[in-house]
Amino acid sequence: MSIDPSTAARVAKLARIRVEPDALPALAQEFNTILGFIEQLEEVDVEGVEPMTSVTPQRLKRREDVVTDGDQQDKVLANAPDAREGFFAVPKVVE
Amino acid sequence: MSDLNKLGLAEARDALRSGKTSSKELTQACLSAIEGAGALNAFVHHTPEIALAQADAADARLKADKDAPAMCGLPIGIKDLFCTKGVPSQAGSRILEGFKPEYESTVSQNLFDAGSVMLGKLNMDEFAMGSSNETSVYGNAVNPWRRGNEDTALTPGGSSGGSAAAVAADLCLAATGTDTGGSIRQPAAFTGITGIKPTYGRCSRWGIVAFASSLDQAGPMTKSVRDAAIMLEAMCGHDAKDSTSADLAVPNFEAALTGDVRGKKIGIPKEYRMDGMPEEIETLWQDGIAMMKDAGAEMVDISLPHTKYALPAYYVIAPAEASSNLARYDGVRYGHRAKLEQGDGITEMYEKTRAEGFGPEVQRRVMIGTYVLSAGFYDAYYNRARRVRTLIKKDFEDVFAQGIDCILTPATPSAAFGLGEMTDADPVQMYLNDVFTVTVNLAGLPGIAVPTGQDRKGLPLGLQLIGRPWEEADLLSSAYALEQAAGFVAKPDKWW
Repeated sequence: MSIDPSTAARVAKLARIRVEPDALPALAQEFNTILGFIEQLEEVDVEGVEPMTSVTPQRLKRREDVVTDGDQQDKVLANAPDAREGFFAVPKVVE
Repeated sequence: MSDLNKLGLAEARDALRSGKTSSKELTQACLSAIEGAGALNAFVHHTPEIALAQADAADARLKADKDAPAMCGLPIGIKDLFCTKGVPSQAGSRILEGFKPEYESTVSQNLFDAGSVMLGKLNMDEFAMGSSNETSVYGNAVNPWRRGNEDTALTPGGSSGGSAAAVAADLCLAATGTDTGGSIRQPAAFTGITGIKPTYGRCSRWGIVAFASSLDQAGPMTKSVRDAAIMLEAMCGHDAKDSTSADLAVPNFEAALTGDVRGKKIGIPKEYRMDGMPEEIETLWQDGIAMMKDAGAEMVDISLPHTKYALPAYYVIAPAEASSNLARYDGVRYGHRAKLEQGDGITEMYEKTRAEGFGPEVQRRVMIGTYVLSAGFYDAYYNRARRVRTLIKKDFEDVFAQGIDCILTPATPSAAFGLGEMTDADPVQMYLNDVFTVTVNLAGLPGIAVPTGQDRKGLPLGLQLIGRPWEEADLLSSAYALEQAAGFVAKPDKWW
């Protein structure tokens, strides 16, 4: 499988990373090198093998469905690049 | 006492107990060593005020409580990946510039509760993605070791490169590291120190900036196996805030250090003999095998047939998880936000912020992860890699079921290389650094790197021991036997 610059552009868009058009051919080339390495996995017979979901066979712990935290608005907003009136501020998202 | 910064944890603990020194003196010695080691670029955020306040508190505690924890009063460095309250925690990335967490990671909190002293934050590859510390926003950390008389700057390894350089250069008594594919063990081997990645779930991941959540584990980087046992015990333990943290009792690892390997079965996996592996690594491995045999262990040839597929599986799974974990860096809640042009909307804000904030290797991995998870490729790449991961884990389960106690391998395929030497190589060449360590993360096992020799130019080389899940105590004891037999005491000549 070979990745061309337009596929690289689509992946960059999905990842929400701006890549300038003139950088796309080199990026596609890097993807191809890495994917070429990954494609060795096709040699492995995985018939009937379950995909791993958890490396340690442990049941996730359950807890009471109650509020354990909260009331920390100032702390939550403390590191925001733009916080106003107790909210995160972002460019307009609705016309 | 002189040269207090050169002590290990165990020696310093004993010196504190016998009143030969104080935490304040230890801390001051480390702070001056750090001040004089700017050339190593190991410490990237300095916290002398916190350190001295913690040292005073530790001295008071030691006076009042003769049963104070072993780590009480011992100055350490913290990898920048750990969130430390009120102290910059950037994961080596521009995108977290200015981020000061409002909370403390569980592991660093555990260390502070035990009385440890934080000297500052340590350099690392951006988001722990790298094997040479060259992807850091802070610039390269530099290995205190050099090739003979050459002045070529060498990598301390990565991603915990700052931690490794700082411990090897005696800037601190020990440091925290994290290991997703070898990021504790490879830098430990490159700098002649000890580093253990415990079983997945032994240390809480809460408050550690996430890279690949199913692989990430924290661990100590220390000057000896005993020190690793002492510090690991303080770091680990069940934490309700991490649902994958194991609710198991934490053993007294130091008490288990008998160094008695008589009758133990140590596996030598034939698949770890790689084509093109330098002769010095093969010799190091053979020497290690001879040492363990002399110590009374039974050496058994074993096979881990899917070893070859570990790195390619890793380079699907780790980027896939990273692309998901790093989606949170969007310029909204913390860290960097790009300056926007008139008319830019929220999508432009995301795209520009992430292009400016992430370095090239992080961008590459996020996009590879995005690709392998995208519609049409999810089964072919991601699910296949997870199936291969199951087989890799089964390889280990099979040999442990045959009665193997631990497995001895090289830690790295080479000694430390020069900074910049890999710049023109394709990314896959750099990934090969983790060829001996990455299997351990995929299988969730504990692994430890111990320095056992030097190459022709005097650079340190390490061997790795891999243990059964949750049997770090037994693994550390075997590592202690290897350490005793190897008798590695070399230190880098101070040039910085």
